Amino acid sequence: MVEIHSPEFKENARIALKDVNLQKALDQFKVGLPANRLKAVANLPEFDALRDQARDLKNHILENLDIYLDEFERKVNEQGGQVHWASTADDACRIIHEICEKVGAKTVTKGKSMISEEVGLNDYLEKRGIQPIETDLGEYILQLRKDQPSHIIAPAIHLTVPQVADTFHEHHKRPRTENGEELMTEAREMLRKKFVAADVGITGANFLVAETGSTIIVTNEGNGDLTQLLPDTHIAISSIEKVVPTLEDMSLFLRLLARSATGQEYSVYNSLSTGGRRDDEQDGPKNFHVVLVDNGRSNMLGGDFHEMLRCIRCGSCMNNCPVYGSIGGKAYGWVYPGPMGSVLTPQMVGIDKAGLLPNASTACGRCEEVCPVRIPLPKLMRHWREREFEQHLTPSSVRTGIRSWGWLARHPWLYRQAWSLGNKMMRFMGRKNGRIAKLPLASGWTDWRDMPAPSNKTFMQAYKEKKQGVKG
Amino acid sequence: MASDNKQPRVALLVTCLVDMFRPEIGFASIKLLEMAGCQVEVPETQTCCGQPAYNSGDRKTAKALAKQMIEQFDGYQYVVGPSGSCIGMLHYYPELLKDEADWLQRAEQLKARAYEIGDFLVNVQPLQLVDQRFDQQVTYHDSCSGLRQLGIKKQPRALLAQVEGVELNEMEEAETCCGFGGTFCVKYPEISNRMVSNKTKNISASEAPMLLGGDLGCLLNMSGKLSREGKAVKARHYIEILAGMTDTPAIGEGETDLAYEVRS
Repeated sequence: MVEIHSPEFKENARIALKDVNLQKALDQFKVGLPANRLKAVANLPEFDALRDQARDLKNHILENLDIYLDEFERKVNEQGGQVHWASTADDACRIIHEICEKVGAKTVTKGKSMISEEVGLNDYLEKRGIQPIETDLGEYILQLRKDQPSHIIAPAIHLTVPQVADTFHEHHKRPRTENGEELMTEAREMLRKKFVAADVGITGANFLVAETGSTIIVTNEGNGDLTQLLPDTHIAISSIEKVVPTLEDMSLFLRLLARSATGQEYSVYNSLSTGGRRDDEQDGPKNFHVVLVDNGRSNMLGGDFHEMLRCIRCGSCMNNCPVYGSIGGKAYGWVYPGPMGSVLTPQMVGIDKAGLLPNASTACGRCEEVCPVRIPLPKLMRHWREREFEQHLTPSSVRTGIRSWGWLARHPWLYRQAWSLGNKMMRFMGRKNGRIAKLPLASGWTDWRDMPAPSNKTFMQAYKEKKQGVKG
Repeated sequence: MASDNKQPRVALLVTCLVDMFRPEIGFASIKLLEMAGCQVEVPETQTCCGQPAYNSGDRKTAKALAKQMIEQFDGYQYVVGPSGSCIGMLHYYPELLKDEADWLQRAEQLKARAYEIGDFLVNVQPLQLVDQRFDQQVTYHDSCSGLRQLGIKKQPRALLAQVEGVELNEMEEAETCCGFGGTFCVKYPEISNRMVSNKTKNISASEAPMLLGGDLGCLLNMSGKLSREGKAVKARHYIEILAGMTDTPAIGEGETDLAYEVRS
């Protein structure tokens, strides 16, 4: 698996906030995609009804996951393909490596796949002498820079055009350009040769269709098509919860996916793979493999985080998250950033390592508001906080603070005294201009903003006095 | 105390922050509820709804405080508060107490009776303001819990529209979180700062000299940032405008003469 930097979240966030290029990139990003989504949603009056349908359908699928996965496997076999079951990340890498070895692969092209990031596939193959080549433009840029994706659908969103220009100039040895179209042409020319030379093409899968045994990938660049069609061997790697019963069901999710992700009605390429090349066909891979990865997901079924398995990886929760919009995705320190990542990461790497993520949310609810399958992300993040608290992993200062304050709040008379004392102290400190510039024990607040001082005694005091005055 | 049908008996949920920082919001609430024909009482043992514990994962403390609130606010026809966030917390009680049948039922009952004040004054006990005037441009921040959990969006705007002279300049990203988030702002101060800075930028761009909102936590956060940035924008809870309490200092602008305000 990929290295875990989630314990350093706070430090990562601090660095991200000071990163001028990143902040420039985020300023554009956080306005663009949410606005596109809103426009697309406004043009589809039944959007919210589709979300309900999608949520219900996903729930049904998860309740019958074994049945649909079995059916999917049967159909893949019928089409001449082969399904491999990987219960762990390591299993997935090993299976894929074995397939590559069998066909004597030297280079493999790759479509964009988050599950391959999750299992650490590139690293695994490289260490065994097989060169993986990322063909999604964003992933290609990151591979050149030895960088990691910061977003699940827009992996290089943390970079600016001048940074990409520098990278291409350095690696392609061509004149430097900041023209977007020229940069794309350059990448296309470089990648074209690799597409042709590759022995194996590895893609992810947005959905697995049980009734036909098909995998589908959704892209805007067409790189996925070349990855899965040109080499003799195509390996689709997918997590188990991506299965849907029928093509009709798939189309429901496709309608939601593109609109939620980028605001497109449909992504540019929606490419289905159903088995390998038939005898009477001229194109396509000879061998078709599907690697189904569990990696902890079946443990989530029926538990507190069951609903997370509805996720279709549109990225809308991070596009609309004000925390993600402030620090970008890399600060989260593992594969999946933003709200969905803050729920998934503790599940995958442990709450002891990823506890800071589900806490890094104001519970503003925007992620849930835009989720196409209505995952209650704030609730799930709160569940992680509860686990953390139960396991005594919450920092002791927070724990003691909450517990003492909770005790105080259960003793109204003492609480009144404490409140009144706090009120007096703050009024004294703000006596000059009604503002407190430095408040002991609350430097997290006053390092960045003033604390407005109370405008008079506590309400309860004033109310009591008023009532007594009226009585008297 | 018998409750008159025409005069619903309403318990005011003051909220910790209003109690501590801005009593005039409590008095404005009472004034408006009475204007709307309610009989208002303030349960005197009320402390806090338990939200900080709930959001910090301390279910045990949150449950204890939820039960305390349920008992303190028992017997009232309605529970109304000047905060979408605290009233929203009351709406979480059934989830919190789902494993305790007796309490669950009482939690459901409390939830059904608990309203954010603007919502209450529009949808339950409609308020008609007469001759209320405030000649000023204002901008409005939609606080998250009220907006997304309780659907508070049109209600405060509808009520403000009853005040003559108020001109609402909507800011960009009015629905984006200000970065307060309860304990979030002290646990992740730098991120919170980034979020509130974005907010103050949008507030300034609206060119309104006054920021209104429905949750004191968010208002303290934004007002504190505005003053740190040296901006002259004032901040108030929107019900202060509705209640005509606009001659007093705004949030963080000094002390209010409560003797004057309280006289009704």
